[in-house]
Amino acid sequence: MEVLFWWTIFPYMCGTILVVATFYRFVYRGKSWTAPSTEIFEKKWLRVGSMLFHYGIIFAFIGHIMGVLIPIEVYNAIGVNDETYHFFAIAGGGLAGLMVVIGLLVLFFRKFAHPRVRAHTTAGGYFTIIWLLLVAGLGTYMTLIYNTTVGAFEYRLAIGPWFRSLFTLHPMADLMIGVPLLFKIHVIVSFILFAMIPFTSLVHMFSFPLRYPTRAPQQYRARDGYNKNSR
Amino acid sequence: MRIKAQVAMVMHLDKCIGCHTCSVTCKNVWTNRPGMEYVWFNNVETRPGTGYPKQWENTDRYKGGWVLRNGKLHLRAGGPVTKLASIFYNPNMADMNEFYEPWTYDFQHLHKRKKGDSIPVARPRSTITGDFIDKPEWGPNWDDDLAGGSETVPLDPNVQKLQEHIAMEYEKTFMMYLPRICEHCLNPSCVASCPSGALYKRDEDGIVLVDQDACRGWRFCMNGCPYHKVYYNWNTHKAEKCNFCYPRTEAGLPTICSETCVGRIRYIGVVLYDADRVKAAASVEDPKDLYESQLSVFLDPFDPEVIAEAEIQGINHSWIESAQQSPVYKLAMKWKIALPLHPEYRTLPMVWYVPPLSPIMNHITNEQELSAEGYIPAVDQMRIPMEYLASLLTADDTAVIRRVLLKMAAMRVHMRAKTVGGIDFSDESKLLKEADTTPEELEEMARLLAVAKYNERFVIPTGRREMNNDLDYKRGACSIEELAPPEGKVTYPFERSEGL
Repeated sequence: MEVLFWWTIFPYMCGTILVVATFYRFVYRGKSWTAPSTEIFEKKWLRVGSMLFHYGIIFAFIGHIMGVLIPIEVYNAIGVNDETYHFFAIAGGGLAGLMVVIGLLVLFFRKFAHPRVRAHTTAGGYFTIIWLLLVAGLGTYMTLIYNTTVGAFEYRLAIGPWFRSLFTLHPMADLMIGVPLLFKIHVIVSFILFAMIPFTSLVHMFSFPLRYPTRAPQQYRARDGYNKNSR
Repeated sequence: MRIKAQVAMVMHLDKCIGCHTCSVTCKNVWTNRPGMEYVWFNNVETRPGTGYPKQWENTDRYKGGWVLRNGKLHLRAGGPVTKLASIFYNPNMADMNEFYEPWTYDFQHLHKRKKGDSIPVARPRSTITGDFIDKPEWGPNWDDDLAGGSETVPLDPNVQKLQEHIAMEYEKTFMMYLPRICEHCLNPSCVASCPSGALYKRDEDGIVLVDQDACRGWRFCMNGCPYHKVYYNWNTHKAEKCNFCYPRTEAGLPTICSETCVGRIRYIGVVLYDADRVKAAASVEDPKDLYESQLSVFLDPFDPEVIAEAEIQGINHSWIESAQQSPVYKLAMKWKIALPLHPEYRTLPMVWYVPPLSPIMNHITNEQELSAEGYIPAVDQMRIPMEYLASLLTADDTAVIRRVLLKMAAMRVHMRAKTVGGIDFSDESKLLKEADTTPEELEEMARLLAVAKYNERFVIPTGRREMNNDLDYKRGACSIEELAPPEGKVTYPFERSEGL
């Protein structure tokens, strides 16, 4: 049951919701697609919270690529042994996790403490932050406490191959059986987070303006058919 | 030569009485929605004063506009890479306190309160938080008519630059009104600041707009615009700005602020410019040369070569004709009495101002006995208003301000000599020479500045639609649209005559 639902059906459910709902919102609800900044109301705490959270989560994202998407064979091939890997994973991942958690806490309390921000925070806004805290808190706990006290779990042999197998549509769900409970919960709440993305303000991550440095500074737009040397 | 047309505005500051009718009509049309209460696409500032938002001219703080480094234009707030690195927190953006916290009044209390001994009052209530504001400390036009006095005037960045002390005694001080809208610049720094590419300048008329579907709320336009005329709607989380009332101008009507202007200070017209010259014009070394270099961008709408080229590039005849009759072309380019606001920002703004003579004339106590030549020292002696105006309009070049003011004074003297008499004003007058003008030009100027009617003040060609293929459909879309088969796909059981 666990293998069939949580590690086979559930990830695809979340993935489908993510893709379909994101597409729907982008196409049909385009005017709601934005980074819902409250900087106009409050700047001081936003500076601390937002910078810590966003940079932390970018580092954490890179860390997850290194830990989950890149197979262990690659590390073995380039000669990174397990001790070195886990040292850097715990140090780097721990730092990123702490940045995310502290940043989220600052943003969370800012939502309560500042009257203008509080007046414009919706239930969805609180829920997003709480869920992110849950995901990031578990992840940071696993990295910093579990890995150093109970023992470094080699997720590159279990969670990594399972996650990659989802993309090839041949999920190797049996790999997840031996995974410690904390890691399992982290994976499940993360997938719920993925499914949440299109319904929350998190969609703005897909709009990070990477093309900005390469485009012309001045933008002109003309009506269709205008200025086509048509006389 | 890449010819583009620009719908531009000139405001004649001498005629502005500071009644805020423009601001109020604009607000009622465009910004009376939740999220936009604090926003004024059009606002009128009393100068000297802090402006809206507070100290918007303080470029060290908000980092708006362009700077020249090694001969190249750069955004003062930093280029794309700097912006992407600071996208999670924009250090230079003004927060709501710099504008003001908008409020309404608790009018219901006047109806609902039980009968008592005291008179009920409607307390101010914030439209942001819904809480009562017991003591509003800043609001729209808080320092109107110098009411902030010696507390707010020194906060004016233009005043801070002045060498001399501004007298704040009632009899000695001066003041003027400065109505402001978006400048619809030729080299807009808000457009360049937008990471999403949502801001754009329209090819047909040069109006700068925000694409509400593309805006992602990154907020760099807010302080990227040195005039602080792009605003953040906290309700939709997107940027909004003055759109030059494009639904009206496309129909050939003036903007609502111009239409309702009580003093009739506003002029709207088309100018043609060469888009290829814009970058070079914005990149001249000395800020004082920016006024002249911007003038060099504009094209003479009477030049046959320009007309031929404009027609090739798709600018139709009614636009060229409008450019020839444009009051903006006359005031800004032909007579050179209108000046751009803060040319030193290098955005090549397109809302220009005829500087006011009144702060100077108010100080002349003996105008009855003054000879025509007497006006020259009168203008020269008013150093503080002149330097102040130069700080606003010519990047501190007082020579340009002096020339314009002398021309305005010459017009005043000439028209007084002509209609009232009692003053000697010959064609050889020194004032005429110093102002570098002729009586004929002065009379033309007086006509446009004082008596011009609606059709002379607003020469606006209608927006172009003839390139739309489905114009007929747009015009005649009928109520059975959803039921009937698409237009052009109807097969008739009977023969149709040609052209139907």
